[in-house]
Amino acid sequence: MSEGRGRLVAELTLRRPSFTLDVALEIPAGQVVAVLGPNGAGKSTLLDTLAGLLRPDAGRIELDGRLLTDTRTRVHVPAHRRRVGLLAQQALLFPHLTVRDNVAFGPRCAGASRAEAARLAGDWLADVDAADLAARRPTQLSGGQAQRVALARALAGEPELLLLDEPLSALDVDVAPAMRALLRRVLGGGGPGVGAGHGEAPRTALLVTHHLLDAVVLADRVLVLVEGRVVEDGPAREVLARPRSPFGARIAGLNLVSGTACEGGLRTDDGTLVSGRPGHGTNGGPAVAVFPPSAVSVFRDRPDGSPRNVFPVLLVALEPHAEVVRMRAGVPAGGPDWLDGLAADVTPAAVADLGAEPGVPLWFAVKANEVGIHPATR
Amino acid sequence: MIPGAPVRDRHVVGVGLPRVLWVPALVGLALIALPVVGLVVRADLARFPELVTGGAALSALGLSLRTAAVSTLLCLLFGGPLAAVLARSGAPGLRLIRPIVLLPLVLPPVVGGLALLYTVGRTGFGGRVLELWFGITVPFTTAAVVLAQTFVSMPFLVVSLEGALRTAGERYESVAATLGASPATVFRRVTLPLVLPGVGSGLVLAFARALGEFGATIAFAGSLQGTTQTLPLLVYQVREVDVDGAVALSLVLVVVAVLVIAVARPRAAEGLG
Amino acid sequence: MSRHRYTVFTAVLGTAVVAGCGGGAQPSSGAGGQPGEGTLTVSAAASLTKVFGELEKRFETDNPGVDVVLNLGSSSTLAEQIVHGAPVDVFAAASPATMKTVADAGLAGAEQPVFTTNKLQIAVAAGNPKGVTGFADLNKPGVITVVCAPQVPCGAATEKVEKASGIALRPASREPDVKSVVNKVTSGNADAGVVYLTDVLDNDAKVDGVSFPEADNAINDYPVTALKNAPHAALAAKFVELVRGEDGRRALEAAGFGTP
Repeated sequence: MSEGRGRLVAELTLRRPSFTLDVALEIPAGQVVAVLGPNGAGKSTLLDTLAGLLRPDAGRIELDGRLLTDTRTRVHVPAHRRRVGLLAQQALLFPHLTVRDNVAFGPRCAGASRAEAARLAGDWLADVDAADLAARRPTQLSGGQAQRVALARALAGEPELLLLDEPLSALDVDVAPAMRALLRRVLGGGGPGVGAGHGEAPRTALLVTHHLLDAVVLADRVLVLVEGRVVEDGPAREVLARPRSPFGARIAGLNLVSGTACEGGLRTDDGTLVSGRPGHGTNGGPAVAVFPPSAVSVFRDRPDGSPRNVFPVLLVALEPHAEVVRMRAGVPAGGPDWLDGLAADVTPAAVADLGAEPGVPLWFAVKANEVGIHPATR
Repeated sequence: MIPGAPVRDRHVVGVGLPRVLWVPALVGLALIALPVVGLVVRADLARFPELVTGGAALSALGLSLRTAAVSTLLCLLFGGPLAAVLARSGAPGLRLIRPIVLLPLVLPPVVGGLALLYTVGRTGFGGRVLELWFGITVPFTTAAVVLAQTFVSMPFLVVSLEGALRTAGERYESVAATLGASPATVFRRVTLPLVLPGVGSGLVLAFARALGEFGATIAFAGSLQGTTQTLPLLVYQVREVDVDGAVALSLVLVVVAVLVIAVARPRAAEGLG
Repeated sequence: MSRHRYTVFTAVLGTAVVAGCGGGAQPSSGAGGQPGEGTLTVSAAASLTKVFGELEKRFETDNPGVDVVLNLGSSSTLAEQIVHGAPVDVFAAASPATMKTVADAGLAGAEQPVFTTNKLQIAVAAGNPKGVTGFADLNKPGVITVVCAPQVPCGAATEKVEKASGIALRPASREPDVKSVVNKVTSGNADAGVVYLTDVLDNDAKVDGVSFPEADNAINDYPVTALKNAPHAALAAKFVELVRGEDGRRALEAAGFGTP
């Protein structure tokens, strides 16, 4: 079964002192949805409700055609019968069990024999490159190792829906990329090291994150939650290119260009080479080039003689921000679509010097070492 | 982070303690330790073996150990689930129940003994039922000793276990549930192992309290060699005529108490956190 | 005014100090406060509570400005306190043995006369539902009997009766003091208890007394003394006089005590 596994339909209301979560969503099987939003927007509440740890005031949750919650008919399937896995910010490995027994926990609960559960645990640990940690105690693991094991444990529970609550935010900056790459492989289905018999189908997942990069790299779709309500919902690129909410605009502060990873950077579908620093696990697969608007220089005429990426654009909007003016690019006649929405932050003085106003053709330039290349979904 | 024996790295330089705290700390220690030292000094060590191996002494010591063990077991059987309910169930009215559970901690034990006497004594409603239906009278039996000890020591187990449960938190249990574990499995495979140190310290405290129990026992169970005369009761009675004997018997109690605490240390006695 | 001072705290502190120093030095009075000029401290056996309460009032009336403080408890505890330096003027004990403890420590006055006696009696529930008529009935099946522990005077007396009569009791409990025995009977948990005649009279609303001839084998003597180191020697001697005089005898007899 590569399709139809884990379709989620949820509609729920849950009142909290500081906000009311009021969400209706439908996630097709296999889709990964990033949930972004400020603190206290109800992201974790949403996840806990889907997991069955919170009971909504009103609503209905259906997973793969199974009714999990229906407040009208007073249905509330308990957490352990939902087949909804949870990976939190903290690994929360059971401290009294070895790594192997932690991962075998789910299979044991599902009725596997001791030997069978241990074998499955070994497979899942191998999947997250943690086979050598099997005999250790959780206290003997680093933060990154613990989180990998926690992922293996969550996956070993064979959830139809995987909930990830900021799984990278407690990790050191130098181990987060490896974990991100692992999540990408696991969520995207397939990839190196995935054993036969499980994991080849794409997994339905909700990923709460604070980082735009996680959303771009891991998710098919972005959902922005503010004060308990969905204010943005759409493909990651679309939401980021055309934020319709203040929060969306704030997090959409990065420029994204998608394409295929190649030597020295990324090649867009129309063949343009965007030079940049290749990130973790970018070897010929789909990728995205990421750079902040502050790294973009703007010129009236094509600059030359320097190792930069230079793109001709049409200025479509000027957005005053605190100290700077954000220029929004449009596609000039005959130009590639991906130019649409690129942003550059310049000083008000520069705007005057450039004589910039909507409709004026300009050149955006960015140095290669300001551009990060990351693997992306499909 | 994780409940269990905290390991203090000897390389760690703490923030330090204001020196002035040492003075009251040492006074506090002296207040506890000096009387015990006084007891040892006062003891007639030459006659010690003869004094503590008398029939009444051995019988009382044996009875004390047996009844305290049974009481501790009862505390675990009933106090354990009680602590779990208090810490986890979220049932309404728990805030009213907790003070009741703590009552034996603040009541003078004699009052507890009287309360038991008027409840399961022959004239109490419980006692009447027992006598009428089963022909059982509780006072003056070893069972009464166990009941009195359980009454006074139950809160120690409940309090330390409830603390351990709260410290362990429910996050591990939530994770276990999302992995497909039923409430029973969660309790057996996650909750219990996590709070084991708390159970250990609770058991030690309960046992120690049961061993030292005097007031409730004398008021409820009476005192008869071999049946209800525990070591503290014997100490009290011997003291009337033979101070040397009472001191010797007291030392036996001190030794047993120290042994219990030492055996359980450091995991249980210090593992409350 | 009457004030019953229970010197538990003083005793605990005194014991700790004495134990800590290995005994010897005379500690000053503890938390109870230094008795004032006109304060007479009388340590008396618990069984004398009622009688000495009356005598206290009498003494205070006869000696204006004097405050009598009664320190009531088990005779052996009181003796221990005195041996460990408690500032007491008069000691009235329920047994010659406890008085001997004080005398052996060289703290008793020149005389320790027996001022009264007490006799055992069987206390039963009011109406005597189990039909106890004598000492031998205490072993009857279905009769729950409690007695005093042999270490306290009433228990020692009971043991004496057992030996003299050849009847070995099979009590449900040997209680640490006579009041506990009375309590077990009044609360209905015991059918019969061997106590003092004075205790039966003290609780005549709840218990009936059954006399038995064997009790004559174990008459309890109560000695009294004005202590050697009494802070108020003159007043102490006066109080002993009151106890042994006509007023004392009348009060004792009314409570059920005997004449030596």
